[in-house]
Amino acid sequence: MRLKLLCITFLFSINFYSQIDPVLLKRTSKDSTKQALNMDAVYNRPFLNIGKTPIAVGGYLEANWQRLSTDGVSEGHQFQARRLTIFMSSAISKRVKFLSEIEFEEGGKEIAIEFASVDVEFNPLVNFRGGIIMNPIGAFNQNHDGPKWEFTDRPISATQMLPSTFSNAGAGLFGKKYSKNWMIGYEAYFSGSFDNSIIENTENKTFLPAAKNNPERFEEINSGLPLFTSKIAIRNSKIGELGLSYMGGVYNKFQDEGIILDKKRRVDIYALDFNTTLPKIKTFITSELAWVKVDVPETYGQQFGNKQFGGFIDIVQPLLTKNVLGWENVVLNLACRLEYVDWNVGTFNETSGNIAEDIWSIMPALSFRPTSQTVFRLNYRFQKQTDILGNPPATTDGFSVGVSTYF
Amino acid sequence: MQMKTIHFFFWVIPILLILLFTSCDENYTEIPADDEVLDGTVEGLSHEELARFLKGDAAFNEVFTRETGLGPTFVASSCISCHAGDGKGHPSTTLTRFGQIDETGNLFLNQGGPQLQNRSLPGFLPEQIPSGATFAKFTPPANTGLGFLESVTDATILAMADPNDVNGDGISGVPNWIDIPDFVIPTSNAVSQNGKYIGRFGKKAAAFDLLHQTVNAYNQDIGITSIFNPIDVYTNLEIDPEIATSTVNDVVFYLQTLKAPIQRNQGDAVVKQGATIFNQINCASCHKSELKTGYSPIKALSNKTFAPYTDLLLHDMGSGLDDGYTEGSAKTYEWRTPPLWGIGLSEDAQGGNYFLMHDGRANSIESAILMHGGEANNSKTGYQNLSQSDREALLKFIKSL
Repeated sequence: MRLKLLCITFLFSINFYSQIDPVLLKRTSKDSTKQALNMDAVYNRPFLNIGKTPIAVGGYLEANWQRLSTDGVSEGHQFQARRLTIFMSSAISKRVKFLSEIEFEEGGKEIAIEFASVDVEFNPLVNFRGGIIMNPIGAFNQNHDGPKWEFTDRPISATQMLPSTFSNAGAGLFGKKYSKNWMIGYEAYFSGSFDNSIIENTENKTFLPAAKNNPERFEEINSGLPLFTSKIAIRNSKIGELGLSYMGGVYNKFQDEGIILDKKRRVDIYALDFNTTLPKIKTFITSELAWVKVDVPETYGQQFGNKQFGGFIDIVQPLLTKNVLGWENVVLNLACRLEYVDWNVGTFNETSGNIAEDIWSIMPALSFRPTSQTVFRLNYRFQKQTDILGNPPATTDGFSVGVSTYF
Repeated sequence: MQMKTIHFFFWVIPILLILLFTSCDENYTEIPADDEVLDGTVEGLSHEELARFLKGDAAFNEVFTRETGLGPTFVASSCISCHAGDGKGHPSTTLTRFGQIDETGNLFLNQGGPQLQNRSLPGFLPEQIPSGATFAKFTPPANTGLGFLESVTDATILAMADPNDVNGDGISGVPNWIDIPDFVIPTSNAVSQNGKYIGRFGKKAAAFDLLHQTVNAYNQDIGITSIFNPIDVYTNLEIDPEIATSTVNDVVFYLQTLKAPIQRNQGDAVVKQGATIFNQINCASCHKSELKTGYSPIKALSNKTFAPYTDLLLHDMGSGLDDGYTEGSAKTYEWRTPPLWGIGLSEDAQGGNYFLMHDGRANSIESAILMHGGEANNSKTGYQNLSQSDREALLKFIKSL
């Protein structure tokens, strides 16, 4: 009873405090470094400081309406609460920081700790990171916050070929160095890994994101061997940022109780990303290409490809940046995304014909940013998806209107 | 940009969005014409039957994994893997059967017969054809219109049979008399001969009805046991059912109620000319252009006339198509007349190519015709003697089916 009273008193005191101090939550200034790399995205977010504590919180919400049809058949109008993400950071000391990111997807159907790591700085070039890390393959995985993008849907290649927001328990080093207009950064981690689900799944194809459904990966590596992920990125403030990343390891349970069950089967992923802003016209271009190689048992069937390729390019053209209707620095963008994924690169053993199983999509968009932290988006998608045999593709198109905002 | 224009823009965009939201009940993409696709339901199903069709459709598309019972040895991980768009299969999903050379039965049932499970989950070895076993490869057939074929009475099939070629046309179709498993309940008007029944599904007509066919496919193709067939293909031991009985029944219902393919360009003069030639050179003696269903518990299938271009009987197709393997009472050189309906849409299910005949060895309709032998030899010769324009007309007619 006494404990209950204490709790109630505490809650009320917080409430009173918040009412008498409207600036309890102070918005911290975003990292203003112009030369930020994609790897900085986890810290380059708007946070709110709680009073004089060393804790900062933040998050973002993504929700939308959409109506798509495939070959003339539609599921009708859909309102979707795609995700609510909450992040919290804490400066434990000047050179020791903690940052976490918890995501609630589809109204809470899926809850995941995407990031929860301690960063210890020894030198700008040598930092230790340990905990639940986000494997830095490609650029989107590192820099995926909804409000930063002009499109409701995440790129297909980044979500259905590469496992976007794939995180694992692990540790490693990162760092960066500046020199005039140049900046170079690196990350290298050993972490939890993929499992057999990448080829044993209900998608009926090699599907790396299936590994995200395995909660056991945070405490047990299926193969017993860590996944190695590394990225090197170089940026010139006048040219743009180029990133090269690699992620690879053994995914299968090749031994159990000391008994060899299978050979070691590897998954290797390579990604190349680039982003730039064209001078004068301020067109922002971001792109990512990725190659996946999986050692699929020969006896398992050609449905499960051992090579995949895909990528996307986003082109964003600001149409105007003005003070409008009382809003400051409103931005209206015209954008377009082109994307392609081939889930099964190769030919059939029986016919030597091409294995299809691919998808391409074009997505023009209008985005309206009343503030830099909030975006309203109108997207139109036109997509063609071909089955493994290369039969006439299924055509999907439709509109979506959504909002994404930091809070 | 002038401020007035900007303000106008910012008022217009929300209005446009509201209009977009309220007005787009129409689909942007188009539904393919009914005669251009194989999937779709037979006409006249009730709302309840349509709902059941959708349940069966979903089950037909289900991808099995280790957790849901796949294998551990198998041919495919789902029904849809072998029947894309409900059409014919592809050489990559062709299955192999082995171990039977005559009507005395399969000699290799204790060695994994009758079907080879040529794929396996990681950690398992796929099956091998036992030494000494003959085999044949079967390309998966199209699924459409099967409910109509199932509803043809045995009496109708027997009326088309001519085992002794009494009419002297060189064609002597015979039914495949098969043993039926306990879970198959013959219809009241099913004809029995020495305890055997007439099969009608499969390349050798070795399946009695769609339940028989579906249970075998789950078991032999995907490695899924059911209450109907609880024997695991890998261990040959009885295990718990890996699929609900209701799911099997829903898939059977789905197959029964998939529509029959619709002929295209029926009014085209060349197509009509081709149809005439089809009859003239006796293709229609086996590929019957008209059959009738009897009673069916599914009202939409009862007492209907339809055009499958099959007689559901076995015919001697000559030594060129004798693979040395058979099922039921069929000889190794006998094959059930495959329905020709939907053949013109095969390319759209087989990746833009034709893979015809029982194992996909024919890469065009013409090469399939030229592979006919045995009872079909006269028809093949008739085709070879046609003028170029008549051949083209015949091929155009067959493509219209």
